Amino acid sequence: MATNAYVPHAAGYVDNEGVKIVSSRFGYEDSYTFERSLATGGYEALKKALRLPPAELAATVKDAVLLGRGGAGFPAGVKWGFMPPVWPRYLVVNGDESEPGTYKDRLLMERDPHQIIEGCIITCYALGLNTCFLYVRGEMPVAQERIAQALNDAYAAGFVGRNINGTDVSIDVVLHWGAGAYIVGEETALIESLEGNRGMPRLKPPFFPAAKGLYMKPTIVNNVETLANLPWIVTNGAEAYRRFGSEKSPGTRMLAISGHVKRPGVYEVEQGKVTFRDLFYGENYCGGIRDDNDLKMFIPGGGSAPWFFEEQLDLALEASEVGPAGSMLGSGALVVMDHTTDAVRACLRVVRFFARESCGKCTPCREGTSWEEKVLERILEGKGRAEDIDLLLEIGSSISPGNYPVAAHSEDGLAAVPFPPKQTTICPLGPSSVAPITSAIRRFRFEFEAKIPTVPAADVASESPVPAGSGS
Amino acid sequence: MTATENPESPAPEAEPGVPFTLNGSELTAKAGELLIDAAQRHGVHIPHFCYHPRMTPVGMCRMCLVEVDTGRGPALQPSCMLSVTPNMKVNTESEPTTRAQDGVLELLLINHPLDCPVCDKGGECPLQDNAYAFGPGESRFVEEKRHYEKPIPISDLVLLDRERCILCDRCTRFASEVAGDPLIHFIDRGAQTQVNTFPEHEFSSYFSGNTVQICPVGALTAQPYRFAARPWDLAEVESTSMVDSTGARVAVQSSQDRLVRIQGVDSDATNWGWLSDKERFAYEATDSTERLTQPLMRNDAGELVSTRWNGAIKRAVAALTDAADPRRIGVLGGARLTLESQYAWAKLLKGLGAVDNIDAQLGDGLPADIVLGLPRATIAEACEPGGVVVLLGADPKEELPTLYLRLRHAVQFDGVALIEMSPRATSFGDSVAARLNPLPGAVGHLAAALAEGMVGTSIGGIAPAQLSTAHRLLGSGRPVTVIVGRGNLAESPEIVVSALAALRRANPDVRFLSALRRGNVHGALEMGLTPGFLPGGQGLDVELPGWEMAPQSRGLDATGILKSAVNGTLDTLVLLGADPLEDFADGTLAAAAFERLGTVISVDTFMTASTSAADVILPAAMFGEADGTFMNLEGRLSPVRAKVTAPGQGRPDWMIATDMAAAAGGDLGFTTLHDVRAEIAARVPGFADIDWASDLGAEDGPLVRPLRTWTVSLSETAPIPPADDYGLRLVVDRKLWDNGTMVTESGSLRPLIGDAVLGLSPADFSRLGLSSGDDVDVTIAGGETHTVAAVSDNRLPVGAAHIPFALNSVRAQSFLSAGEPVIELRVRPS
Amino acid sequence: MSRLSLANVELAHEIISHYPRKKSALIPLLHVAQEQDGYVSEAAMEHLAELVGITPAEVLGTASFYEMFKFEPQGKYMVNICTNISCQLNGGEELLHHAEETLGIRPGGTTADGLFTLEDVECIAACTEAPCLQVNYRYEYRLGNDDFDRLIADLRSGARSEIPAHGTLGRVRQHIPDDRRAGIEPPEDAGTPSWFSSRSAD
Repeated sequence: MATNAYVPHAAGYVDNEGVKIVSSRFGYEDSYTFERSLATGGYEALKKALRLPPAELAATVKDAVLLGRGGAGFPAGVKWGFMPPVWPRYLVVNGDESEPGTYKDRLLMERDPHQIIEGCIITCYALGLNTCFLYVRGEMPVAQERIAQALNDAYAAGFVGRNINGTDVSIDVVLHWGAGAYIVGEETALIESLEGNRGMPRLKPPFFPAAKGLYMKPTIVNNVETLANLPWIVTNGAEAYRRFGSEKSPGTRMLAISGHVKRPGVYEVEQGKVTFRDLFYGENYCGGIRDDNDLKMFIPGGGSAPWFFEEQLDLALEASEVGPAGSMLGSGALVVMDHTTDAVRACLRVVRFFARESCGKCTPCREGTSWEEKVLERILEGKGRAEDIDLLLEIGSSISPGNYPVAAHSEDGLAAVPFPPKQTTICPLGPSSVAPITSAIRRFRFEFEAKIPTVPAADVASESPVPAGSGS
Repeated sequence: MTATENPESPAPEAEPGVPFTLNGSELTAKAGELLIDAAQRHGVHIPHFCYHPRMTPVGMCRMCLVEVDTGRGPALQPSCMLSVTPNMKVNTESEPTTRAQDGVLELLLINHPLDCPVCDKGGECPLQDNAYAFGPGESRFVEEKRHYEKPIPISDLVLLDRERCILCDRCTRFASEVAGDPLIHFIDRGAQTQVNTFPEHEFSSYFSGNTVQICPVGALTAQPYRFAARPWDLAEVESTSMVDSTGARVAVQSSQDRLVRIQGVDSDATNWGWLSDKERFAYEATDSTERLTQPLMRNDAGELVSTRWNGAIKRAVAALTDAADPRRIGVLGGARLTLESQYAWAKLLKGLGAVDNIDAQLGDGLPADIVLGLPRATIAEACEPGGVVVLLGADPKEELPTLYLRLRHAVQFDGVALIEMSPRATSFGDSVAARLNPLPGAVGHLAAALAEGMVGTSIGGIAPAQLSTAHRLLGSGRPVTVIVGRGNLAESPEIVVSALAALRRANPDVRFLSALRRGNVHGALEMGLTPGFLPGGQGLDVELPGWEMAPQSRGLDATGILKSAVNGTLDTLVLLGADPLEDFADGTLAAAAFERLGTVISVDTFMTASTSAADVILPAAMFGEADGTFMNLEGRLSPVRAKVTAPGQGRPDWMIATDMAAAAGGDLGFTTLHDVRAEIAARVPGFADIDWASDLGAEDGPLVRPLRTWTVSLSETAPIPPADDYGLRLVVDRKLWDNGTMVTESGSLRPLIGDAVLGLSPADFSRLGLSSGDDVDVTIAGGETHTVAAVSDNRLPVGAAHIPFALNSVRAQSFLSAGEPVIELRVRPS
Repeated sequence: MSRLSLANVELAHEIISHYPRKKSALIPLLHVAQEQDGYVSEAAMEHLAELVGITPAEVLGTASFYEMFKFEPQGKYMVNICTNISCQLNGGEELLHHAEETLGIRPGGTTADGLFTLEDVECIAACTEAPCLQVNYRYEYRLGNDDFDRLIADLRSGARSEIPAHGTLGRVRQHIPDDRRAGIEPPEDAGTPSWFSSRSAD
């Protein structure tokens, strides 16, 4: 296979040099079929796992330090250990990928559904549970079809369902589709949604899923990519896994790099081994900024992450470096913006996302995010007032009190405020809307000011009333 | 808790508390207590909107965020979702706390309209109060606010203004969690989220008015109260609802001497602050044009003409004296009256007049010796977590709706197992543990089978699995409470009593809670407005000072009174707020009795059908117009208080009794309410220790323990009447919205009364080849034929037919014959 | 419109059987209703309420939370153009404006011939392929204005018949044969799997 090349049947995936743990089959056009999976070692890890005591399997995963790939980066093995000895318990697989800039779970689901199913069964077996729900984002019909077909094949072949592989082990994996709501990617909202409810997050405490999750029973929610690592770990062992990546973050990550780079794409990259500069400029990765423009800023971990700038380029992609520097790696989504980018417009776009996706459950997020959006819109329309810039920061403080995480700015003598933000909200969605505001205003306040007329616009609120309930 | 409730128990020991620090003070919380409650108990009010102590906290409004340090540094936490843990440090006044609360308040206000001057809530609005107390005074929000169509009716009683709504989830949580009527819901998402119904499916809940009361802004308003008054013009007293026998505690509010609103008051013992819409809105009847405002007498031309009190009283006394033999006098009613008035009338009629044909129940009750002699459970005891409740009566949602809410909570949240032995499945639906809906007449046999464990085979179509579950629960050692009423007016009380006896045999520790529904009926029985008893369940042989003329032998019950009227052995009838023509179970008997009666004296508040047939009409003060005492179905006393003046010359019932006594040359021995109470305390066992001033002011009110215990011999095996060739057995019960006076005279409630339809089990319905709404001819065994629309009713067992009492279009009264064990009927397509 | 067809009622029962509690099937069932009619009708929601054992208000409460569910008839093709950050940086908003002009509708609108409904949507997980869109949730990547015009022309001419009408998502459904089913039980009835107990005891 050619290195550093797009793979036509896996849009955006770049087959470069380096270890392949979860994307090893992506080169095959029929990688999603049962036949290809079997021919390339599929379900061998499952067979091996079923010969081990469940506790030993769980210990292996803990040893491997398999960090969650959904955004929070919490070790899966440790998370599993939080389950009280209460049954029934459930596994819910989070395939509701929708964080802005994130594109990797869909690829894994479309290209290698059997790998995920195998990971599901291994997890269920290790945790002693017999019902798993695989929650796929509603807007991904190809992923739904491929997983449905894969499950039908795996049930028929005896790898899922009653008496798996001829043993006494019986586990159901149920495919479930969402219907369009970013917040459902949050684990407690995902559980609400799976119960047939509005996807509104629950409060933690007391509703930590590991103790009170689906139907108020212990529930593990793991990301698709996290589980996709399990067959490899079971086959090769924890020690082998830890040989890849860094000590704190073993293994690989699927990273989507989009925006103003020459070769945007999804790369499987060893964790903690490369810097942002390597990814954006390295020939093995994106090959530089488009038109060789200057980098203005970049989002290191999806729309919820505070922005980084030129001076953070040499940080390694390692949570312990990125967090103190004021942001997060999140869901492996890097968005690069060159010097032509309008910071206010970019800021509004990300804020607008959170305003549209707020579930409406708690006051600060429901009211605050849409207020932020309205003020930013007004500024962009040339109807801003001088006090609006500080107002934006004030609204932000009502959602996320205290100093919001932000990158250092050595020129201005501004130190980094480490991640994560505080919140007055139930979940992190509202505080995420403050990230672009704080990042943009701290760094590009002059751009906001430039859009604000020195003579205030006459009447900013003269639009005729429109019933808010009339739209969809 | 009161002294009478647990006379021997020492002062409660201090529970092991949880030490915590609140704003620097070392305090103690109860185990598991929420921070917001603990703070309130210690005098620190934490502002909040979504939290409500009777509902599951949701932590949504974020107004109650406070800084909490559990050892890992201070962090903002919603105090409504956080139980106090040992050594927790809480600061409700710190800068981060107030900044967070200010921020939430500002965000709540940005889309909230500034229409407080025209908002019913203005002046009693938590949002307004908080904005006034903590708000900045000027909005930084210059954008257009959210707009919605201004108030939309979501039911006949409730309007919703979505612009004012702050999405606290109180109303929707109430509908789903408390009432079990999730007919309103959050719709749409984010800043567009609104509360609404499904299109064309209105919020038709019996409990809808509670959402108005708990709404923390003016988003939900009640049609009857809309623009009726401003909160600062309201005067208020605490009282007790007399709409049914639950005795829900209420605040009665008036403006300019008119009742304008009733709000629920949170009483641990009874209603937890909730009310049915009947309890909440039936105050409208006080203003009805049908109110009696002056004494009336029938003149020689047979017309009712107004008269003076003196003349009317004289005429009434003359009628009673003329009867010569007290056995020719009958008295119906009394459940509308306060305890004091009941005592006064009982003393007048029994103590001075030797009349014992007195019945406060109108053929829909149970024998007084049973009700007075049952080992009683309180509502709280019936709802005790982990207990078992046997429902031997009608659907409490229809007859005793606030009791239903308590029971529903017990079943949904406290693991109470419900065994349903009602003739028709109730509103508990699938949450019952065992569903045993026997055919009319069979409940005694069913209870006996449960008692004896004969549950291996199906009984009357009830599945063995249900029977064995019920049997197991009854013998499980869990506390058992039987809630007993008259679930079927077409089934004789003897059958119910035989079931009671069998259940008691099955478990001698079983407790009972009466589900007799009429207002103060338990007070009436206690005060002796029932044949065979003097007050307090004392026998006629007990000599009470002042009651020297007490009757020597047991008189007639309501059915006996009316039958005697028909056969001419009784000719004078006194109605104490009773309307037998409309309200007695056997309408035909009542009508026939009225045809033959000589003199009818009615003491009432409305011109009902029966009152308009009376010869002397004495106008009484009604609920909200007179002080007194109420005894609820537990035997709990609570105050009833006057807030407005009775219209015209209406007077409290007890005063009418004293005037009657005086006119008859006697003396009841009291001239003030205080006197009446003193005499009750002196004459009625169980009341001796009641301190009316302080006990009735207590939140829960004292319990009066029954004097008697169950020693009555019961006919334990009332035989199941043999089925004749009539195919179906009748079930008649009540709906909340029926043609009772309080509903018909309340303008907002009258439209809610539905048409009566005949329900048949799905099997019978399809056997007859019917489609929903088809007319059928119903022929009562040995009686007439009626035409009525029929529907399939999956709550009914095969072989039963159901029709509700006192609805529109068909009078179920005419289907019933008093004294028959069961009513058989035949149904044919018209 | 209509309640669920007999075939869809059968499908609904199969879907319900995949969950420990009926209400969990609600979102998949709403998709069935939308596949049947192209949108979720009130009659369908009332029918689903019966099937799942909840009130129609609860069905609407859930359905209206999720933006994929539409409560009025939609165009045969729903064109969802992403304007989120990665697409915005690569011309997503300009593509949306071009689409508005080409189709003569604003986001949320439907063309008079009933063929197209246009939506301006949030990130659809194809960020490296910006600007991108979905037609009935089938992807088109890295579109210029010409690509868009060609796509519309192809959809009008029927050249893109592989794209099903609005409402149809995954066309392969999961079926769990009875003899292969491990057993999905209400949580009240479920306990520790016996295999786990025995294997943990070793």
